[in-house]
Amino acid sequence: MSVYSMQPDANGFFGRFGGRFVAETLIPLIEALQTCYKEARDDREFQSRLAYFQRDYVGRPSPLYRADRLTDYFGGATIYFKREELNHTGAHKINNCIGQVLLAQRMGKTRIIAETGAGMHGVATAAVAARLGMSCIVYMGETDMERQQPNVFRMQLLGAEIIPVSSGTGTLKDAMNEALRDWVTNIDDTFYVIGTVAGPHPYPAMVRDFQSVIGRETREQMLDQEGRLPDSLVACIGGGSNAMGLFHPFLADDGVQMIGVEAGGHGVESGKHAASLSGGTPGVLHGNRTYLLQDEDGQITDAHSISAGLDYPGIGPEHAWLHEQGRVEYVSITDREAMEAFQLCCRQEGIIPALETAHALAEVARRAPALPREHLMVVNLSGRGDKDMASVAEYLGGPSR
Amino acid sequence: MNSTSRLDTRLAATKADKRPALVTYITAGDPDPDTSLDILRGLPEAGADIIELGMPFTDPMADGPAIQKSSLRALNGGQTQKKTLAMVQRFREHDRDTPLVLMGYYNPIYRYGADRFLRDAAEAGVDGLIIVDLPPDHDQAFFDAARDAGIHIIRLVTPTTKGERLKQVLRDASGFVYYVSVAGVTGAAPPTQDSVATTLAAIREHTDLPVGVGFGIRTAEDAAAIGRFSDAVIVGSALVDCVERAESPAAARQALHERVRDLAAGLRCRTCP
Repeated sequence: MSVYSMQPDANGFFGRFGGRFVAETLIPLIEALQTCYKEARDDREFQSRLAYFQRDYVGRPSPLYRADRLTDYFGGATIYFKREELNHTGAHKINNCIGQVLLAQRMGKTRIIAETGAGMHGVATAAVAARLGMSCIVYMGETDMERQQPNVFRMQLLGAEIIPVSSGTGTLKDAMNEALRDWVTNIDDTFYVIGTVAGPHPYPAMVRDFQSVIGRETREQMLDQEGRLPDSLVACIGGGSNAMGLFHPFLADDGVQMIGVEAGGHGVESGKHAASLSGGTPGVLHGNRTYLLQDEDGQITDAHSISAGLDYPGIGPEHAWLHEQGRVEYVSITDREAMEAFQLCCRQEGIIPALETAHALAEVARRAPALPREHLMVVNLSGRGDKDMASVAEYLGGPSR
Repeated sequence: MNSTSRLDTRLAATKADKRPALVTYITAGDPDPDTSLDILRGLPEAGADIIELGMPFTDPMADGPAIQKSSLRALNGGQTQKKTLAMVQRFREHDRDTPLVLMGYYNPIYRYGADRFLRDAAEAGVDGLIIVDLPPDHDQAFFDAARDAGIHIIRLVTPTTKGERLKQVLRDASGFVYYVSVAGVTGAAPPTQDSVATTLAAIREHTDLPVGVGFGIRTAEDAAAIGRFSDAVIVGSALVDCVERAESPAAARQALHERVRDLAAGLRCRTCP
């Protein structure tokens, strides 16, 4: 067993990061969740139910696609897309939702709550809740509701109730605060489906495990297609679930380089960004100790990113640990760079990526040209961009330009 | 008198007086630093036995709208951890007897530097700490340092805290035990008397410390009802609401102190039902 497969420790810590820093009311609830999750992991029937939904409902495995035109365009490394945007509901998010809502069912809970930023986690949760016959409430910041209208409507069509959150900056962190307030109030029937590898233990590890299907498939597919492991993996990071899902099964493979891409907004030096590792400091928020955007007084500061899904002032604790271990390299990409990569992907590959994903693609654009063709680079195409049409049109000054 | 005993002394006195202590919460710096200090200084005379002073935080996850807004007002007025400690120090210039506990979230303390914070808090005259999101099984060094600094760690027991967990939560508790009487955020609906009475009996099987009850207690009647079987009654949202509704800082102070007087009278009323 590698040091990476043994994380977190019994108290939910990855080194000094993680833990369960929540109100006392929630402790017995997350302990019950942890027990149930442990049992489910070893339960063949649960696993086969999960596998069934992953295959026939989500559409897994997602293809590992060689992006030939983009590869030629950069003239360097061979670029592969892990096509998570082809999943049902359009992103990697549903991998985790299926797992958690099945757990909720196993625990006898009937009411699902979730927070959402860009709306992809909300849509995925709403879909799965509908399928499994649960009521679903999604907390979403008012700012995000404005810039992600199509997803708001999608969630409503799927039968979810959307509760607008106006406190704070009306973005993902505020939605998460409100979901935690709901959970602490509705302790008997409610299951909180956290959408990323953050929150109190066991969420970071549990969400990672559900998302690790991405990396496990990638590994198999790459061995199949190229007869060897990839040389590098690139993924965007808000909370960090798509990145953790891709990275985790490769952590013990020293030859595989990993790059996590945070949202640089207007640039880390401008102060208007969402890059917790590049521009933050350790602190405690939403149940875990991790890197946060905060001021000298420990007040959480506003994140900024053109992509609502990356607009979060923290990052999953395992990423914070991997950052300090030096196992994963974390970089940041600005709004402008992401937007350029977004358009490039549309025109070169005929794939409209999510703005979140465009951050990872922009990092590929930086690295690939200088690398040899033998270098196999996998980028997690974590989501599709249909939801982002309004933001992109606004940025480009109209759809015709 | 050293600071550690201020809480014990006061709670022994209210017990001897055969009444529950009134614990009043306000947020430091709400609505502005000067008014907040005025409000704080007037609390003992209005009838507060123990003061709970909130350290505002941008993301108060366990608080309802009243304390959320109060925290934002304070932060918008420029409140910081340093200013909160300075405020305690100025309060202590005139009041050496009223116990004061700081209440808040872990991050601003962590960022300040836990050891430095404890030292500065003890020096300012802080008697205890209530940290909503720091469970007893994390950061033991912090709890040890608090004890060394003579600062009580007030433990929170909730409706979900049972069995082994209850024992664990109470193990190193000191000062008093804070029973969060409803599952929910601050400012919620009041608890039922029966549920509180039952839980308090369970808590007292494991501790000799006084038990205070908070969450959802708004009126003198609520306070009197809960005070019949608790050692202290904690009121917060109903007080910061006075600041929210007031048209001027002076009116805020007056309305808040009036509400405290009313609550204190309720707890001293021996003929009330």
